[in-house]
Amino acid sequence: MDLSQILEITSATDPGMVRSHNEDSIASDPANGLVVLADGMGGYNAGEVASGMATTVITTEVAQVLTKVQPYEIDDRNELAATRIVREQILKANTSIYQAAQSQPQYAGMGTTLIVCLFYDNKVMVGHLGDSRVYMMRDGNFSQVTRDHSLLQEQIDSGLITAEQAKTAAHKNLVTKALGIDWTVEPEIHEYEVKVGDIYLLCSDGLCDMVSDEDIGMTLSMLGANLKLATQQLVQMANDNGGRDNVSVILVRVLKEYPAARGAMSKFFAWLK
Amino acid sequence: MAKLILSMDGLVLKEIPLTKERTTIGRKPHNDIQIDNLAVSGEHAVIVTILNDSFLEDLGSTNGTLVNSNTVKKHFLQNNDVVELGKYKLKYIAEPGAAQPAEKADFEKTMVLRPSAMRAAAEQAKAMTAGGAQPQAAEAARVAALQAVGSAAQAAGIAEKPAVAPAAPAAPPPPPRPAQPLGAIQLISGANAGKELELTKPLTTLGKPGVQVAVLTRRPQGYFITHVEGANQPTVNGQSIGTAPHALKDHDLIELAGVKMEFFIKT
Repeated sequence: MDLSQILEITSATDPGMVRSHNEDSIASDPANGLVVLADGMGGYNAGEVASGMATTVITTEVAQVLTKVQPYEIDDRNELAATRIVREQILKANTSIYQAAQSQPQYAGMGTTLIVCLFYDNKVMVGHLGDSRVYMMRDGNFSQVTRDHSLLQEQIDSGLITAEQAKTAAHKNLVTKALGIDWTVEPEIHEYEVKVGDIYLLCSDGLCDMVSDEDIGMTLSMLGANLKLATQQLVQMANDNGGRDNVSVILVRVLKEYPAARGAMSKFFAWLK
Repeated sequence: MAKLILSMDGLVLKEIPLTKERTTIGRKPHNDIQIDNLAVSGEHAVIVTILNDSFLEDLGSTNGTLVNSNTVKKHFLQNNDVVELGKYKLKYIAEPGAAQPAEKADFEKTMVLRPSAMRAAAEQAKAMTAGGAQPQAAEAARVAALQAVGSAAQAAGIAEKPAVAPAAPAAPPPPPRPAQPLGAIQLISGANAGKELELTKPLTTLGKPGVQVAVLTRRPQGYFITHVEGANQPTVNGQSIGTAPHALKDHDLIELAGVKMEFFIKT
């Protein structure tokens, strides 16, 4: 099913005001309903290599798999195909990055955060690792969808510090999960129902560290009519506030419903359940 | 050389250079920094200094140690950190010239907390709970492990790059917006003619949704107007602004969705 007429996708990535390199990488495949964002880390250009590999591997592999499998199908292990596709392609990217890091000394220790969103059948499957985020704007309410895999978030969860203290904490930069740093990884994957008019925001920490959630939400509610402008505005706000890190933004608006066109057989099975 | 400035109620009492590898702080006389106050424990805290880096550790004091108003057990001291023990304040001043802005930016970079470190901490927590098998103790141990990993990881991050001197906290809050003139819009025609709108927010939208909307953005460089939606673009001083942002000057005349308004700088 071609989703390019159903999802409006705009994106921007910018090195920011301080860094010379852009270690972020973004990719989108509107027809397959896939958007990917990665924020790489590692010395010299290794961060760019890791994030670039992540987005490339995942977009090409997912497109490949979708020619054979439909994301709404339930496989013989009683698992939704979308979950499996997202997990397996993340693991594939993990292996590629890990092996590159092992074999090339200049890439040793490289890794990347990751957000993968696969839209299908009026739903979205979100896989993530690290401190890049997904937010959602629905009916004027702005909320954060993903929870960071960061030391800070774990400390907040265990009650060591409050969200207020977290804003000035000294170790904002420590992530507890990332792609490509170990031979295997456990991505966090969740499925969400999608409503027409929803706007999904994928961003690297260069945006959410520099611009308050309140200002991001305000931008989306005010400029939601012009997604391209909203994207530029978000990057500009991060840079106006100092732009200390690379900034990447992907916005996805759902224009129409997109129920999967299931075959007669699967309709029959759905009826049986 | 790094030093501490001891003060109480804003009154500077003493300056203490951190010459020793271990500088102890407490109420008892054998401490390197003696603070004779009942709110301070006998052996309250210790500062371990290795080359240019100093680490503060609370020694299980009764009333705790605060750094920049946050309770800490272990803390990697950064320039201008304020350590509080009861009413007393110790300000940490790093060696002058040691903090390099470029290196500070480097320290801000995202780093992975190696899973092995987390596992070690989890095992440590497990070992700790094995002794006192109480649920609260288990939770406390897990939390302590989390904290320990935090400081250890931070210390490790520094240790990998010995050139990195204690700089400002890794992620200081965004610098306050420089004082910039406040702009406002006064409506000249339409139903609300004469009404004034102060542009205090970073974004203000004008117009009718679905017909014609423009946004006024407040930036460090000044105010800009940008077309958002609608078939027609707004005009400034009679000229259409197109789709790109247009910088606004004092007393510019804007026309949007049939309404005329004037932009002006208030202060």
